[in-house]
Amino acid sequence: MIRVEVVDAPIDAAAVLAAVASPAAGATALFLGTVRATPSAPGAEGREVVAIEYEAHRPLAEAEMRRRAEEAVRRFGLEGAAIVMRVGRLALGEASTAVAAAAAHRAEAFEACRFLLERLKESAPVWKKEVYRVDADPTG
Amino acid sequence: MRVRFELFSAAREAAGGAEVEVDLPPGATVAEAAAALAAARPGLSALLPSCRFAVGDSYAGPDRRLREGEAVAVVPPVGGG
Repeated sequence: MIRVEVVDAPIDAAAVLAAVASPAAGATALFLGTVRATPSAPGAEGREVVAIEYEAHRPLAEAEMRRRAEEAVRRFGLEGAAIVMRVGRLALGEASTAVAAAAAHRAEAFEACRFLLERLKESAPVWKKEVYRVDADPTG
Repeated sequence: MRVRFELFSAAREAAGGAEVEVDLPPGATVAEAAAALAAARPGLSALLPSCRFAVGDSYAGPDRRLREGEAVAVVPPVGGG
């Protein structure tokens, strides 16, 4: 089974796993990408990320996610593949991306999960903007 | 013919708006439309060469011919995740 979705609400990891469940699967890999405090934007070194705002071109993103998931199912013989990407303002630690791959054996599940992630980074029209901590005025 | 660009993320910020309409000769390609867009919004010129374009739910190459009324998404470099 394939499930792809761009969502506004928090990602439910259990629901992502349920979407790829299959009696033929002996291995399921789940990846969660989460908002971290260390910045990645150029020039933001030393600042502290408190949130990330994600934006997507939703129809194109979901179509790309589906094409990538179908590609992974063919390539790795998966029993299930799911990709969920969240948009909006996400706080530290919240998941922006979930990828799950279910296969008969662990090698294919792990590999497919990574393959999907790398492909999404290249082609899914999703953009992020880091929000940094603004220190309170010490004199105030 | 009129073609509407939909701008996302850095492209929207560089253009100062989420939509730009351009007038093109019938049968113009994505590349020709992008040149017209750069002329209409010079602030986009530096970013456009690194952008991809999409029509509907698929990416569209520079030679893709456009039809009257089509919307073209301007997709700046991605990497969010």
